[in-house]
Amino acid sequence: MAHLSLTNVGKTYGGSAQPAVADVNIEIRDGEFIVLVGPSGCGKSTLLRMVAGLETITEGEIRIGERLVNKLDPAERDIAMVFQNYALYPHMSVRDNMAYGLKNRGERKAVIEERVAEAARMLELRPYLDRKPRALSGGQRQRVAMGRAIVRQPSAFLFDEPLSNLDAKLRVSMRMEIRKLQKRLGTTSLYVTHDQLEAMTLADRLVVLNGGRVEQIGAPLEVYRAPASTFVASFIGAPAMSLLDAHVENGQVMLEGHALAPVAHAAGPVTLGLRAEDLRLTSGGVPMRVDHVEELGAQRIVHGTVGDQALAIIDTSEALLPETVHLGVAPSRVHLFDARTGRRIETATQPVAVPAE
Amino acid sequence: MTDTPLSLAEADSTLFARLRRWWSGETATPVKRVQFDRPLTPWMFLLPQLAVVAIFFYWPSVQAVTSSFYLEDPFGFGATFVGLDNYTEALTSRGYMSTAAFTAFFCVVVTALSLGLGLLLAVKADKVIRGAETYKTLLISVYAIAPPVAGLIGMMFFDMHMGPFTQIAAWFGHDLRVGIDYWDTATALIVISVWKQIPYNFIFFLSGLQSVPVSVREAALIDAKSGWRRFCDITLPLLAPTAFFLLVINITYTMFDTFPIIDVIVKDKPANNPMTLVYKVYLDGFKGNDIGGSSAQSVILMVVVALLTVLQFRFLERRVHYG
Repeated sequence: MAHLSLTNVGKTYGGSAQPAVADVNIEIRDGEFIVLVGPSGCGKSTLLRMVAGLETITEGEIRIGERLVNKLDPAERDIAMVFQNYALYPHMSVRDNMAYGLKNRGERKAVIEERVAEAARMLELRPYLDRKPRALSGGQRQRVAMGRAIVRQPSAFLFDEPLSNLDAKLRVSMRMEIRKLQKRLGTTSLYVTHDQLEAMTLADRLVVLNGGRVEQIGAPLEVYRAPASTFVASFIGAPAMSLLDAHVENGQVMLEGHALAPVAHAAGPVTLGLRAEDLRLTSGGVPMRVDHVEELGAQRIVHGTVGDQALAIIDTSEALLPETVHLGVAPSRVHLFDARTGRRIETATQPVAVPAE
Repeated sequence: MTDTPLSLAEADSTLFARLRRWWSGETATPVKRVQFDRPLTPWMFLLPQLAVVAIFFYWPSVQAVTSSFYLEDPFGFGATFVGLDNYTEALTSRGYMSTAAFTAFFCVVVTALSLGLGLLLAVKADKVIRGAETYKTLLISVYAIAPPVAGLIGMMFFDMHMGPFTQIAAWFGHDLRVGIDYWDTATALIVISVWKQIPYNFIFFLSGLQSVPVSVREAALIDAKSGWRRFCDITLPLLAPTAFFLLVINITYTMFDTFPIIDVIVKDKPANNPMTLVYKVYLDGFKGNDIGGSSAQSVILMVVVALLTVLQFRFLERRVHYG
């Protein structure tokens, strides 16, 4: 158990001018669950593998506890990693898979047995200890991979998209199990995923990456309520936040010539961010032409256009929709972004404080 | 899992898995039944293959077994039934037993060296990043050389008057006389045979190595600091199916396919040169005109090889893990 600190960490592959990861600064507290999230190719896996020691670090420093680990072998870093495709040793039994790392560290036999038994109990793997991995289901294999990580009692767990090979239902239950397990063990964890839902539900803090750079670090709700950029806004939350060209006039956000909500911002063009779940159908307000409706049972997502800009609203009523609906939004739920840089513009009407969890 | 060499390794491992299932009598998948309109149709399809097997395998085998019980006139005018005389003569003759001993020695040394060196080169080639293709091609290219040509090339290297190996040996004060001195000839045979077989083993070991999943290697990297440990505990067991396949193939190679190499080296040389059983069968039968004796030898050889293969499958193959 230890804190983890990444200082100005960067990675440039040989023969490439563009860094794959650049200027990453993250301080991870002891026992914290951090999720690295971003689209594929954003450098999140590379960053994780740099912490693991599977990729060299070309810039900056990574410390696990107080130890600078830049030059250490993976086996010396006191970390455990769970891979996407489990990476179990196919020729070893479940028991040997878990014990292998400990054996190599010269742990006493009694200690190894005790830890393997404990992990097997926690993960409900006891009936399978003498089986080979190929005789296990996907979920069981993933448990063995977790068991292999747990028995090491490492300073940090590293998860590389551990659930993406499982089916949707199993993924949800494994997600909860991972969270429970981590809470119970209190081991600092770094978790990579491209699934924003997984990220939201697991993380103490999210790190949103884009093009090898950190876009935003914060608690899931913080990131959801106050996305730092249009990128984060469109990535976190489902359906994705609608981003529209708008401008501010006389203290009002104007969308296609219609006043939407009052804001305290100087006049000029802005990018307007609206979450589908914040929009309401009203009798007056901005008119939207309905294109198509996705029925989800409990709610429906109404896709439409204002002018020629696409927009989505979540509607919980079951009424028949007219061709044109009118929509409104609470001023506190309006997100504004700089039209040029895409960075968030803080306005006085938006909630500044985020309630503690 | 996209490379072509990989599918090669997969193909042979599944083949062996199937052989193993056949051996242990299990049928993993129920047999698929195909219906034909007429009962003769399937036999028509099978006929060409059956004919080939019968003409080129069963018929000569039966011929060999029959003629091994006869003493044949050298000019082909007649044959006398002599029972097991040919067998007892072969098994009690000193010449035959020393050839058998040499064959066993040759088999062990060539198989061990060509497997060992093939694996070593494959492990090293697997780590090469820059110029990997050239490196692999150079190593594999030897495989394209026909065995008699390999023998000839080897002969030039070991030539008593101008061979570079003879000169190198001379620097160390050894007078290398391939074709005259028994052990000098043996050395040359082993060197050329190993050289010829390394590329084959190299290809299979390399594809075997490349089929070890990257993430498994990385997991091992986190679990074990020592590279040697990782090789012994993870890589080697995962290569076991490939290694077992190669062991069977290599033993067959040393027993039978080294014939052209031996022929090039010992042909027209004094009589005390080392040779394998297969070469002796040829020599006694076609040079010595002793068809009966040579047939008996070939039957003995057939039995020995069959036993050896059964033993390999029975005992060694049990330890092999198929992924």
